[in-house]
Amino acid sequence: MQQHPHGPGSPVPVQTRNERFASAAHDDFPAVTGRELEWKLTPVEKIRDLIDGELDGSAFPAEVSSAPGVTVEWVAMDDARVGSAGLAEERAAANAWSSAQQALTVTLTSEEAVAVTIDRAGADRAPRAAHTVITAAPNARGIVVIDNRGSARLTENVEIVAGAGSDLTVVSLQEWDAESVHLSSQFARVDKDARLKHVVVSLGGAIVRVKPSVHLAGSAADGQLLGLYFADSGQHLEQRVYVHHIAPQTISRVTYKGALNGAGARTVWVGDVLIGRDATGTDSYEQNRNLVLSDGTRADSIPNLEIETGDIAGAGHASATGRFDDEQLFYLRSRGIDEQEARRLVVLGFLLEVVQKIGAPELEQRLIAAIETELDAVAVV
Amino acid sequence: MATLEIRDLHVSIETDQGSKEILRGVNLTINSGETHAIMGPNGSGKSTLAYTIAGHPRYTVDSGSITLDGADVLAMSIDERARAGLFLAMQYPVEIPGVTVSNFLRTAKTALDGEAPALRSWIKDLRGSMEALRMDSSFAERNVNEGFSGGEKKRHEIVQLELLKPSIAVLDETDSGLDVDALKIVSEGVNRVKENTGLGVLLITHYTRILRYITPDFVHVFVDGRVAEEGGPELAERLENEGYDRYLTGSTVG
Ligand SMILES: Nc1ncnc2c1ncn2[C@@H]1O[C@H](COP(=O)(O)OP(=O)(O)OP(=O)(O)O)[C@@H](O)[C@H]1O
Ligand SMILES: [Mg+2]
Repeated sequence: MQQHPHGPGSPVPVQTRNERFASAAHDDFPAVTGRELEWKLTPVEKIRDLIDGELDGSAFPAEVSSAPGVTVEWVAMDDARVGSAGLAEERAAANAWSSAQQALTVTLTSEEAVAVTIDRAGADRAPRAAHTVITAAPNARGIVVIDNRGSARLTENVEIVAGAGSDLTVVSLQEWDAESVHLSSQFARVDKDARLKHVVVSLGGAIVRVKPSVHLAGSAADGQLLGLYFADSGQHLEQRVYVHHIAPQTISRVTYKGALNGAGARTVWVGDVLIGRDATGTDSYEQNRNLVLSDGTRADSIPNLEIETGDIAGAGHASATGRFDDEQLFYLRSRGIDEQEARRLVVLGFLLEVVQKIGAPELEQRLIAAIETELDAVAVV
Repeated sequence: MATLEIRDLHVSIETDQGSKEILRGVNLTINSGETHAIMGPNGSGKSTLAYTIAGHPRYTVDSGSITLDGADVLAMSIDERARAGLFLAMQYPVEIPGVTVSNFLRTAKTALDGEAPALRSWIKDLRGSMEALRMDSSFAERNVNEGFSGGEKKRHEIVQLELLKPSIAVLDETDSGLDVDALKIVSEGVNRVKENTGLGVLLITHYTRILRYITPDFVHVFVDGRVAEEGGPELAERLENEGYDRYLTGSTVG
């Protein structure tokens, strides 16, 4: 596999993220032309209705599992919790923000680890808006899985607050049906000594665009951002990651891995890391790797690293997109494993590296099965 | 009883400057139970021979033959060769992220036998072999060769040799990078497999040290893509003292 590691000093295109305009009002953003940095890798013509059209802002159907120390409420958009982790940074997110009539709030207060599932089995094909706020109170621990299945045409904002000393995992799982379109801006604020593990898994849907932006706001806040995607023929899976190191001694690790198979399979990964002026002693590393399984695919992989302080513990990034590693296949086959099985092992292993880091055994098993199903469709080249 | 026969083998590789001939007429016959040592200077084509036997796609066979008990090895795919009984312990074992050693070994064993091994005896065999090669049991749950030290990778190759039970094995510099204790452990492993299965061994090495533990029946001096001289164990001693100068004068190097 080809490697393009850059050191922090190497010339990398830089886009200043902290000056990006944010607002809850759709009209505050200029019309989208499709040439903007934000949109130029996205098939905007296919999502005009979500960017600019009228949206159904009623509650997006979801069932939330109950667990001790977890409160679930639908609240009005003027509730204090709304806007506590971020604000829309582009027009589709703002359209969702201004259209949503209520927000689903899930609040974790238990210091014993709890598991919550926001089960979304989909809706009709009408364009919709949604707003969700997931909060871990100080020192709370738990995992929240947003389990997206069925059909949807959805633009949404998800806010995540990891209070001081909390340990929160949020998984956004996209297993939509083949026609679904999903735009999801996810804003996280990680307070002092808190740990957030944020996981994006995109397997199903025609167009899925997830934008996690994580603000390490308190000292020693720790953000681990994981992503896994598998694009089949005709699928557009886009992930735009932003990590803002605001406070000193903050840590971030970004690991996104993708596989592409079939004509027109398309993935985008943009990873912006900004180490702010006050974020001294921070340590960050981001990487994206894509495995190309057939002809006719396209993977964009764009890391950006911007450092505003001279005093950091470490910062690096790597990005690689390549075909199968022939040496890996040779090694496996030289032990008697046939070509198809060897390829299956290599791809599964490649993606499992991310799955293994989620830390939720049941979910991991389910994802392995889902990836195996994807792999059944991969022809031996 | 298995016989690997290599006849007048010519092999080239594609380089940016065009095709380059590496092997120029190799002849070798290895029978079950025999140990053949191959020694030769860097770049003389030893690994090329090893990889060609295993079927690495980088190498093109221009002429000659490789047969295993008369069957045409060159017509077999990489995995078919392994299933026919060939094994290559690599000079540089490959790391495979996300695939655990235990999953890898079980998959390989299943592929070779055509059926999954009985769980209980398999676990016992795996543990036993890892223990014998002083690999902590935690290695079974680590990803294949990932983060292994050079010596650990080599020991892992011999664990595979022991569990997969080939009839003929090529060991490409398995002794390089081993400390004195590991060299002994690995050698004992190879000898144990030989004793138990009647393995035929083609052992590529730069050092006579390993040959004190694994006694060769034949020593072949490999120079410039072919066997320049053959002899018994005493030839290895002589090479250690005199080097390869004798073979290189008059021939073009590199
Ligand atoms: N891609 C390549 N381009 C050019 N030459 C190559 C390439 N691959 C191999 N060679 C050459 O083929 C020759 C044989 O290499 P090989 O690895 O078989 O040698 P070796 O005898 O195993 O050496 P060593 O003792 O160092 O392991 C060397 O001269 C090497 O430089
Ligand atoms: Mg070599």
